[in-house]
Amino acid sequence: METTVKRNTHLGQLSAFLLAAAIAGQAWAQPAKPQEIKLGMSTFMTGPASVLGAPAKVAADMWIEEFNAAGGIDGVKFKPTWIDEGQGADKFLSEYRRLAQEPGEKLMLSAISSGYCNALAPVAEDLKVINVLWECSTEKVLEERRYKYVFRTGPNATMEMVAAVLHLLRVKPDFKTIAVVNQDYAWGRDSWEIFSNTLKALRPEVKVVAEMFPKFGAPDFSTEVTRLQALKPDVVLSTAWGGDLDTFLRQASQRGLLKASTFVLPLADSSLERLGNAIPEGVLVGFVGDGYFADPEFANDPTTKSFVQKFKAKTGTYPNFAVYHMVQALTATSTAYRQAIAANKGQWPTTDQLAATLQKLEYRGLSRNIRIREDGQALQGQLYGVTKVDAAHPFPIVGQLTFFPADIVAAPVGQKSAEWVKTLKPALINHAQIKRVGN
Amino acid sequence: MNADLLMLAVVDGLSYAGLLFLVSLGLTLICGVFGVINVAHGSLYAIGGYSAASAVAWLLQRQPSTLVLVASLFVVALVVGGLLGAGLRVFLLRHFQDRDPILQLLVTFAVFMVLEDVQRMVWGATPMTASEITGRLGTSEILGVNFMNYQLFLVPGVALLAFALLQILLRYSVAGKQIVAVIHHREVATALGIDAARVGTLSFALAGALGALGGALSVPTTSFVPGLGAEMIVTSFAVVATAGLGQITGALIAATLIGLARSIAVYTVAELEVVMPYLVMVLVLLVRPHGLFSVAAARKI
Repeated sequence: METTVKRNTHLGQLSAFLLAAAIAGQAWAQPAKPQEIKLGMSTFMTGPASVLGAPAKVAADMWIEEFNAAGGIDGVKFKPTWIDEGQGADKFLSEYRRLAQEPGEKLMLSAISSGYCNALAPVAEDLKVINVLWECSTEKVLEERRYKYVFRTGPNATMEMVAAVLHLLRVKPDFKTIAVVNQDYAWGRDSWEIFSNTLKALRPEVKVVAEMFPKFGAPDFSTEVTRLQALKPDVVLSTAWGGDLDTFLRQASQRGLLKASTFVLPLADSSLERLGNAIPEGVLVGFVGDGYFADPEFANDPTTKSFVQKFKAKTGTYPNFAVYHMVQALTATSTAYRQAIAANKGQWPTTDQLAATLQKLEYRGLSRNIRIREDGQALQGQLYGVTKVDAAHPFPIVGQLTFFPADIVAAPVGQKSAEWVKTLKPALINHAQIKRVGN
Repeated sequence: MNADLLMLAVVDGLSYAGLLFLVSLGLTLICGVFGVINVAHGSLYAIGGYSAASAVAWLLQRQPSTLVLVASLFVVALVVGGLLGAGLRVFLLRHFQDRDPILQLLVTFAVFMVLEDVQRMVWGATPMTASEITGRLGTSEILGVNFMNYQLFLVPGVALLAFALLQILLRYSVAGKQIVAVIHHREVATALGIDAARVGTLSFALAGALGALGGALSVPTTSFVPGLGAEMIVTSFAVVATAGLGQITGALIAATLIGLARSIAVYTVAELEVVMPYLVMVLVLLVRPHGLFSVAAARKI
């Protein structure tokens, strides 16, 4: 008798334990709705790259404030904590780790520097924390390893550079010589590698007459300008940005070089307003994506219009590409949360569920729709154009806008860009999906 | 590389050397008087440039003549640089005068970091420039290539003038002679009745004005962004080390050497442009470990 009772008690204890474990398991699998979502965000607040980083931070703070005021995600608000990328790699990474390991619901949006992106992606993956690469454009980070928790919500270098070559070949099909003046660091070198290999595949007879890589942050480009004037290349490419591009273009412009050669400036969107009339008509300009305040297809879009106006009122300038990328990253994040909650029947999603949602997410920032594909890379089309003078603005406006859909300028999933661009065929130049925007 | 290109490279090199020399001059002066590398000199360069850009932007709303614009660069640099330099000495460095030189170096480095943030607070992250001036001064053609008159004549001219004036000041004025005496031996100079503290403040003001002048003369051609001061201090340190610490004529020659080496590199081996200043420095220091113009140090027992 006694033994039976005992056995029953044992059974009772066992089933109670199993029940408890099941409940606990349930709780572990399906987290409760958090108080807030901590966003670990990084940007350059100091150093030369703050030219891009500082406006992006203003945009993010503005966007988040509005988003929270409108109720966040089911009442859960975004709470950003910022890391300055200008303080050096060691300090950046240790702060990144600290934020990524904080308890509670969190998501990282980092970074501008491609070097940091390469370093932080494996860290995020190890910690099983979702990281949105919001600005850096090195294609290598997502091509060399497949990540489960790392996503890029903007374009990569391959899309930007292949579109640049296509645009150049469409606008100026008959050039024979090209020279490059890029900044001497990873982006300047890598972007030239993709550009030159693409050009070689599409137009092998073009001759590269000079490859110059002045120091990042160089105070003076006179020698480069002199050499270019002596060489007289048909086309001059520069993927420089910020203060370097401003300095280079002002010196080139005052010495008449911008009229002697056709300039291709994939990142110049962010400098046009500052350079004003130093930029003549006929310069080929890119937008690192497709965000442009004067894009006729979005000039009257209510979301875009109100954001651009608010940003202009706050900072006195139109948004640059880093601002568009920041808004894209934030909309991708909030859209992913909403979709994951809906797919989860109103329950708060786990990190894995959120990551799975991100992997095939479609979202819209301030321009055209974007889709993330299975390797975590967003497919964002590229907008390019040619400068023209517009009496309504004290700086050049970009006309002859052409949209290059991402599918035709991105290396397919699983392929390395460096090899893929070498296989491109000249037929791509007149691909049916490339379309003119506006008139 | 043919003779024409060499000629073009020389023109570019001299113009760049002019700016480099102006900035290095202030650095080498402090080195001579105090035996300390003043890292905050990079901030004086940046602040000189930023203030000049602000002044030019302010003036441009009032339809100034070109002469007024150019003069504003000098006035702003001399006032801002002089005051900052002297202030740095009087309020801070004076208290560390007899401490370990390494500590003094660290103090100037701290000042540099603080000033870097001050610049960001005042001028923000947007690139600033005063390119209106170079536009107004026009261009000249040499061998089919357009050069800015500003870079061709004004910058090298000011550099040479600064060199000549400083030489005259040091050789023929009482204050200058006192500086030389302090450079040579501070204790003996003090014993002879020279007010070393006053000489120190004077040389800091002078060095500050020169550094700020370098910045003010850069800002018409360069877009100033946060962090630019750090770039300049590193390059001008290469000049000072090549010349020999405290050597003014040496700095002129070293700046010219580095300027020419850099521009010739752009034409021949563009890849080496970035390292050229350091390559020149290493080559010179291998042959003359104390720099081009080092003088035999008086033996101190």
